[in-house]
Amino acid sequence: MQLGSRFGVAAVAAAALALAAPALAQKKYDTGASDKEIVFGHTNPYSGPASAYGTIGRALEAYFKKVNEEQGGVNGRKLRMITYDDGYSPPKTVEMVRRLIEQDEVLFLFNTLGTPPNSAIHKYMNAKKVPQLFVATGATKWNDPKGHPWTMGWQPNYQIEGQIYAKYTLKEKPNAKIGILYQNDDYGKDYLKGFKDGLGAAGQKLIVKELSYEVTDPTVDSQIIELKGAGADVFFNITTPKFAAQAIRKAYDIGWKPLHFLNNVSASVGSVLVPAGLEKSVDIISTQYFKDPTDPQWANDPAYKAWSDWMDKYYPNGDKKDASNVYGYNVAMGLIQVLKQCGDELTRENIMKQAASLKNFDLPMLLPGIKVNTSPTDFAPIDQEQLIKFDGKMWVRFGEVLGGSGS
Amino acid sequence: MEAFLHQIFSGLAAGGIYASVALALVMIYTATHHINFAQGEMAMFATFIGWALIEWGGLNFWVAFLLTIVIAFCGGFAIERIVLRPLHDKPVLSIIIAFIGLLVIFNALAGWIFGFTIKAFPSPFPTSPPFGNRFLNWHEIGTVGITVVVLLLLFAFFRLTPLGLAMRAAAFNPESARLVGIRVGLMLALGWGLAAAIGSVAGMLVAHVVYLDPNMMAGILLYGFASALLGGIDNPGGAVVGGFIVGVAENVLGAYVIGTELKLSVALVLIIGVLLVKPAGLFGRRIVTRV
Repeated sequence: MQLGSRFGVAAVAAAALALAAPALAQKKYDTGASDKEIVFGHTNPYSGPASAYGTIGRALEAYFKKVNEEQGGVNGRKLRMITYDDGYSPPKTVEMVRRLIEQDEVLFLFNTLGTPPNSAIHKYMNAKKVPQLFVATGATKWNDPKGHPWTMGWQPNYQIEGQIYAKYTLKEKPNAKIGILYQNDDYGKDYLKGFKDGLGAAGQKLIVKELSYEVTDPTVDSQIIELKGAGADVFFNITTPKFAAQAIRKAYDIGWKPLHFLNNVSASVGSVLVPAGLEKSVDIISTQYFKDPTDPQWANDPAYKAWSDWMDKYYPNGDKKDASNVYGYNVAMGLIQVLKQCGDELTRENIMKQAASLKNFDLPMLLPGIKVNTSPTDFAPIDQEQLIKFDGKMWVRFGEVLGGSGS
Repeated sequence: MEAFLHQIFSGLAAGGIYASVALALVMIYTATHHINFAQGEMAMFATFIGWALIEWGGLNFWVAFLLTIVIAFCGGFAIERIVLRPLHDKPVLSIIIAFIGLLVIFNALAGWIFGFTIKAFPSPFPTSPPFGNRFLNWHEIGTVGITVVVLLLLFAFFRLTPLGLAMRAAAFNPESARLVGIRVGLMLALGWGLAAAIGSVAGMLVAHVVYLDPNMMAGILLYGFASALLGGIDNPGGAVVGGFIVGVAENVLGAYVIGTELKLSVALVLIIGVLLVKPAGLFGRRIVTRV
């Protein structure tokens, strides 16, 4: 009986709260949000060894400028992104991020770039309980809602992609002799782990040679020669654009024609395959999840045209061949959706809550069939990819969309 | 065996690159007695100018090649006049800081003007495999050839021309040189110009192999240092031999002995080893200075 009456009181209280909720929810702000604007922070290597990614930061700014000018911001609030150069150096990222949170008082961090920089602020952000939203790295560790509830990834992670190639190898070439070249850091090793997990214990025996390179190496020619010498007939190429182009060209020049998997990191036609030589890139297999701006099959696609118009108008000195500008466009759109869903409740908690409730959200510059999905237990917004094969002119999609919560 | 030969030849090709960078370092050392840390970035920037002349200006490769060398020479000359001349009697540390400043400036400037996506740099040499083999391609043979030609020209310039003698004198003993009527300041600027010109040749040969981007020379410069030190920092011929030794050693050790993870360490160990054991390098002269 007593239990019942307590329940009754609780129910009444809950009902009262529920009634009051709309009034309360109407406007609720944490630091960085107000009636006029939403201030958030971003770090990017505008200088230093990874400065090729700097264009993502500029693309983000250009997209928010469009939203501010054409739609007056989100829900009547202008967007203001404070962005600092961290030079891809983790200690500098820590310094810049502390400044963003403690001095500039931003509401959240958005799309901070790079695995090492994000790793350096991972604990701090979660201790401070400030969202570290849609980080620009493919490492797998960002999908950890229990351990790090304030951090969320964005793009398909490297392990999922590695597994896709492994499964394809086992199916198409069960007696393969696999050679692997990987960049000797977290990024390379993450891919390697996914690939090996996908092969399984038995499949790992198929690996005949596993070589690494350092980003400071001038070329990877020597490694390619070694892989060929080991008799490999499958090549998993885990390299960043410059080295990917070198590897493709060298393999062709020494007459090595393996089944060649090229990681998505370097799957850009304009900035990798063209420098390597299109005729040397035929039959390479990779994965994609968004539309390559240099791919002629999208030339008349309305989504591509909208992107291209935006580039012309808001980011005229940006390189339209650079896929990073599509990347920035996509992730900026993802953020706009989250902020729209937040309505007038711009608290840090609500931002994470809304980011974790994206359901089959469609981004025009993603490949057909690939959707953004999150839940309180799934902090990997995009986890599907499409296998593609290069035909000498463009990437041709084949097979179904792979990955996702189903696999 | 085939793989081993491949490693040797690929090492020689890389060695040709290191040798040409080492030559530029030796050049500036001979002319000014400084090691220019910005050498790699200056070469990279000159290469971008060459690229722009070909891609944007539509010039023929060799025309652009020669034009770039001239531009690089003028650029190097100007840098000495504008940046280094005021530091003439300052401590070595200030000059090194100026070099590092130049390095950062050129790197950022190249990214700002030309962007960071890698660019294919054309090669003037045919793409067919020479003499039906797959071990070396024409570009690699051409790189080695041009490096040797540059070396011979340099040798002739320093040994056989009065201007070369004057430059060596200006670097070696500025006071005495001035007393016999050599314009030391001008010689230093000329030395900078020549080093920049050689650097631009190296850059344009390298860019076809490693692709052109603002960070192109970062790794190569280190190997260039190792080569120059190994051969003797004041000996152009030694620097070229050093380049080939470093290139082959790096490949063979990386493939068969220490593994690919420690390849860069080879260069670092070489630098430290040479400085500890034989600071003058294999072919360098020991210099004794009276104090």
